[in-house]
Amino acid sequence: MLRIKVNGRDYSFNGDPNMPLLWYLRDELRLTGTKFGCGAALCGACTVHQDGRPIRSCVASMARVAGSEIVTIEGLANGELHPVQRAWIAENVPQCGYCQAGQIMQAVALLRAHPRPSDAQIEEAMSGNICRCGTYQRIRAAIKAAAQGGAQ
Amino acid sequence: MSAAPVTRRRFLEGVFSAGAFVLCAGALPRGAWAELVNPALPLADTAFHPSVWLGIEPDGTVLIVAARSEMGTGIRTALPRVVADELEADWQRVRIVQAIGDEKYGSQDTDGSHSIRSFFEVMRWAGGTARTMLTQAAAARWGVPVEQCEARLHAVHRRASTAAGGDPALGYGELAAAAARLPLPPRESVRLKPRSQWRYIGHDAPAYDLEAICTGQAGYGMDARVPDMLFAAVAHPPVLGGTVAGYDATAARAVAGVRQVVELPPFHFPAGMQPLGGVAVIADNTWAAFEGRRKLQIRWDDGPNAGYDSAAYRQQLEATARRPGKVARNNGDALAELAAGGQIVTADYYAPHLAHASMEPPVALVDVRADRAEAWVPTQDPQGAQAAIAAAIGLPKDKVICHVPLLGGAFGRKSMHDFAVEAALLSRAAARPVKVVWSREDDIKFDYYHSVAAMHFEAKLGGDGLPTAWLARTVFPPIGSTFNDATEYGGSGELGMGFTDLPFAIPNVRVENGPAHGHLRIGWLRSVANIYHAFGVESFADELAHRAGRDPLEYLLALLGPDRIVDPALLSVDYKPRPNAGNNPYPIDIARYRRVVELAAERAGWGKFKPGNGRGIGIAVHRSFLTYVASVVQVHLDENGLVRIDRVDTALDAGTVVNPINVRAQFEGAAVFGASLALYGEITAKNGAVEQANFDTYPVCRIQQAPAAVHVHIVASDAPPAGVGEPGVPPFAPALCNAVFAATGRRIRALPLVHAGLA
Repeated sequence: MLRIKVNGRDYSFNGDPNMPLLWYLRDELRLTGTKFGCGAALCGACTVHQDGRPIRSCVASMARVAGSEIVTIEGLANGELHPVQRAWIAENVPQCGYCQAGQIMQAVALLRAHPRPSDAQIEEAMSGNICRCGTYQRIRAAIKAAAQGGAQ
Repeated sequence: MSAAPVTRRRFLEGVFSAGAFVLCAGALPRGAWAELVNPALPLADTAFHPSVWLGIEPDGTVLIVAARSEMGTGIRTALPRVVADELEADWQRVRIVQAIGDEKYGSQDTDGSHSIRSFFEVMRWAGGTARTMLTQAAAARWGVPVEQCEARLHAVHRRASTAAGGDPALGYGELAAAAARLPLPPRESVRLKPRSQWRYIGHDAPAYDLEAICTGQAGYGMDARVPDMLFAAVAHPPVLGGTVAGYDATAARAVAGVRQVVELPPFHFPAGMQPLGGVAVIADNTWAAFEGRRKLQIRWDDGPNAGYDSAAYRQQLEATARRPGKVARNNGDALAELAAGGQIVTADYYAPHLAHASMEPPVALVDVRADRAEAWVPTQDPQGAQAAIAAAIGLPKDKVICHVPLLGGAFGRKSMHDFAVEAALLSRAAARPVKVVWSREDDIKFDYYHSVAAMHFEAKLGGDGLPTAWLARTVFPPIGSTFNDATEYGGSGELGMGFTDLPFAIPNVRVENGPAHGHLRIGWLRSVANIYHAFGVESFADELAHRAGRDPLEYLLALLGPDRIVDPALLSVDYKPRPNAGNNPYPIDIARYRRVVELAAERAGWGKFKPGNGRGIGIAVHRSFLTYVASVVQVHLDENGLVRIDRVDTALDAGTVVNPINVRAQFEGAAVFGASLALYGEITAKNGAVEQANFDTYPVCRIQQAPAAVHVHIVASDAPPAGVGEPGVPPFAPALCNAVFAATGRRIRALPLVHAGLA
């Protein structure tokens, strides 16, 4: 039996240890904010935090994440919206919105590592997250706005 | 998302609380308000009654129905804003309800960038009629003439001069019950607001779902869930038209969580929107379904398309484009003018198949019961999905409910119902609700592809460097081939997308179309045939400018010629009164072309830009979906010799604009979409099977590859609203390639740029 903490709650898991965390979150825990986009760590739509670091949950097996603490988009707001979510809203980032949970989780991790990221740091951190609607310009602006506001 | 069965009739009633009143819920003769309908639109059978579109709760909450699908274009916010404006509703007290598929809404097929232009007036009348009835109800309550009452921000007020002693205002909630009992007012008694009093139309508003999206709470098709549901993945035949010769599911069935393996009905040409066939694995969760599918051993019979090879096919298309084709437009005598000799310029262009690759792959949840079915499909066309599911299961259409969750992107792919029908067939087989989930590989390998195209151009330049003759041929497997295998020529819709509708002032113009047989399913992709036609036409125009030794901007304006309204007959454009075409409210206006060209160039600083040293600037203009768009693209070559897009200036004239911030976002996104297809976009087939599979082999722009800055400039206009979602795409690729020429002297005649070593 595997144990895992998701958004502050403890769970145990008896299924296939090769099952990616993504499908455990979506199909078992019904936390559907984390999205399936490629299944191969190519698009970043499934990004969540494992012990504070961004991972692609579509290729992270349950065996690999066992014992760790996972935070998903649903667990990001703590009573009130996270500053990065507020910046995303203020900059009107999403179009279809499907990739944005992954984008936001990735940006939160970036700003933890680099509270005032350069353009190059933004590009490097966000290059794994595809937005097919093409909202990159607003993503960049939202990250800078969140950095200005001191998002942690 | 509820599993409780609903009927079509009960859908809207079910939305409201027990005490609510839907305005004038009584039966209304069909077509009673047909005069509201733009006669150009196929909506004659639609009931244009305000209760179809909105209702008011006793607490004053206004519910507005969004009948068009939300795939990221902002339509779910924009059209309800139009209703709310005419209703004089407080936007903070509006709740949006997504419609199920139902013909009473008219066309719900969310394509062709026509939602606003088809429904703008309808929504205004719905809101204005309800406002009129609320005002009448207040006048009756007060016993004063209706002229003394005025609806303003969710309440009816008595005009100041007569208000003494009376109630100052009655809220919409208080009036809803009385208003609902009033007869529908005759149209002439409804006064729509003058443009100067619009409080929402033309004013920025965030998307209705913005916060839900940013907190992971928004419900997409992929997120649909009902009790007892199962999950399925389908192994599709690798070649279009292939069938299952045999299979062994022993290993698949051994996967924990796998419940059932089902062979789908075999595929028959023409493709239409039927499923592709193959073998499905039904399981307790998505992962088990994927794993089970991976372990299937299937022998395929590849069928008649097994020889499809993109390299050979390209040669075939290009050879066809060099031969005379079927004449699609003919003004003057271009052939004679070209035959007479002089300065002749000739060029061939090529653009490959493209895939949609919306971030949410195709997915559908369907619950088939003995006498009915309920579906949750991220579809652009819920009535189409409803009909397709009904036909596949053998149910009357009205026994199928099709809910429309948010679409995680679509770009035209989700106007097709193949995946929804798969889910219905599998639900029937499993006797449980089944969600079929396509992987990214399924999505890219089994798309309805944007067509590959070859084009051939010849022009003769006169003494001033401007063309006296223009011969253009286009060859592409048409969308019609998806629905009829014998179709090899483009439809007037495809040819009218940027080819026959050439607006240039050239005396002798001949446009031809050669035949091409389709081997993949060809579909609609954001701006459709405009993509390759704009690439060819606007690149060739730039070639002519350089050949004439003139500045491309100045030359483009000269090609457009004097301000005038172009006669559609001259263009041989088959402007049937259909949403995707145009008619009288949308004349082809050269002044509007010119304005966007001048605006984009001016904002980009065209005259000040100094090309050379690996830096370049390019321009293109294109009208599609009745919107005029000019793009100016600035590039430089980086230290690796790769093209970097530094700045894009897009000027657009889409007539009346409902939500400007959203329009800017659509055109920002269109530049990125255009950059993706121009830099990397290519689908190829070998031995009949598509070679690309995921974002590694079918790359799209990432943040560091996308244009660094996109500036969108909206021309202020009172003209009727035109398209927004698609028209930003077509001019981007030629503007980019024209900039690459300015930077490098290399003319890009085939997309994508990655093959030129530039991406």
